[in-house]
Amino acid sequence: MSAPLLAPIGMLAELTHRCPLQCPYCSNPLELLKANRELDTQTWLDLFSQAADLGVLQVHLSGGEPTLRRDLEQLIAGCSTRGVYTNLITAGVGIAEGRIEALAEAGLDHLQLSFQGARPATTDRIGNHQGSHEKKLETAHRARAAGLPLTINAPIHRHNVEEVPEFIDLALSLGAERLEIANVQYAGWALANRDRLMPDRAAVDRQADIVAAAQEQLVGIMNIDFVTPDYFAIYPKPCMGGWARDAFMVAPDGTVLPCHAAQTIPSLRFERFGERSLAEIWTDSPAFISFRGTEWMQEPCRSCERREVDWGGCRCQALAIVGDASATDPACIKSTAHAFMGTLVDETRRGNTAGNDAFMYRRIGS
Amino acid sequence: MMTALRERAIVSSRSVPSRPRHVRIQYDPVRQAFAVLSPEKVFWPNEVSLDILRRCDGQSTVERIIADLAADYDADAQDVAADVIAFLQEWSDKLLVKL
Repeated sequence: MSAPLLAPIGMLAELTHRCPLQCPYCSNPLELLKANRELDTQTWLDLFSQAADLGVLQVHLSGGEPTLRRDLEQLIAGCSTRGVYTNLITAGVGIAEGRIEALAEAGLDHLQLSFQGARPATTDRIGNHQGSHEKKLETAHRARAAGLPLTINAPIHRHNVEEVPEFIDLALSLGAERLEIANVQYAGWALANRDRLMPDRAAVDRQADIVAAAQEQLVGIMNIDFVTPDYFAIYPKPCMGGWARDAFMVAPDGTVLPCHAAQTIPSLRFERFGERSLAEIWTDSPAFISFRGTEWMQEPCRSCERREVDWGGCRCQALAIVGDASATDPACIKSTAHAFMGTLVDETRRGNTAGNDAFMYRRIGS
Repeated sequence: MMTALRERAIVSSRSVPSRPRHVRIQYDPVRQAFAVLSPEKVFWPNEVSLDILRRCDGQSTVERIIADLAADYDADAQDVAADVIAFLQEWSDKLLVKL
């Protein structure tokens, strides 16, 4: 490996796959794990402690719905005593009275709350959960009352792309410091539902203009992060900041992964925490070594001046669209499959014969 | 649209900057450097930036901070003032410093 091995800074902990919502673009794998496969409290605490030793400064507590873990307070406290910054990524539905306050008391640093729509009907339909929008508003108010800083996360697709101005208003009215307008990444459930989710080009262009104007207008008031849609891009994103470069994630059963969708690459073998230490897995697990740095790259990545800017983009997207996990991400204009990826946008229109609402909703064991 | 409930804060010599609760300065023994932790982002400020951030204690005015730094660095107060004000405006705009 030519590049020196860095210490990881960020860790995404998927504490559970259980969730009250059924969003058709969930970033969890299609094969969801049941509760009996989840790590116990002590194992998570050991993992966070080893992560802190290794250099992790921020832990993102996610799922599924992380508040379904009854030991969440303990897990936050465990990170907090090690000086690790904790970010709770929640759907904000079904959180008991007093729980947000207890999480803040345990040392929670920041809360990120998802909204499937800016309108109640959209939120309830996309998550397939009646009354969820109201519950999310309640969670936002409780978070603010508990003194927690708040990010609103809005996953964007065909059914809510026109609600972007309303998402901005919603986040402002809730007192959020930050808003993520995050175009859906087409892996896992979102890939399975791609025909029903892909927005059209005109809507994407309008959205980009609205976000750019709002970012300028709201300087010093609210930060807006824009996660651009790959299918309309010129260059790929540096997925995870580069494969196994400074971040990793852990599935509910302790499998340590370079990214959300890594398990869709069949040639890779992953390891579970407990069988080996986190340091060993980070340093020399075959799955982590496979695409770390630039040695693995083919042309046009290999000689590209952007190779350490975007690190070749997303390996899972290269596999899903090109059929080769070590190919250039087709979101890149230099990829031979870039034009083909563009045609998929129009394909989704024709492929969507079942109608807009016939989502394959996320379900465990379906 | 855009019912902004807050307004952008502009730095003046009378501002009293503070670090919000969700922004933390912390020494990282692994990288042997001070990190600033914030939601989703980690910053690695240089020594001068750290000296400004540490003085954002919710008690000292910008005027006071400038005078202190000028004395500490044995530098011209006007030069220091321009740098401090530009830095604080940038960090306030990112919501990492409160004015």
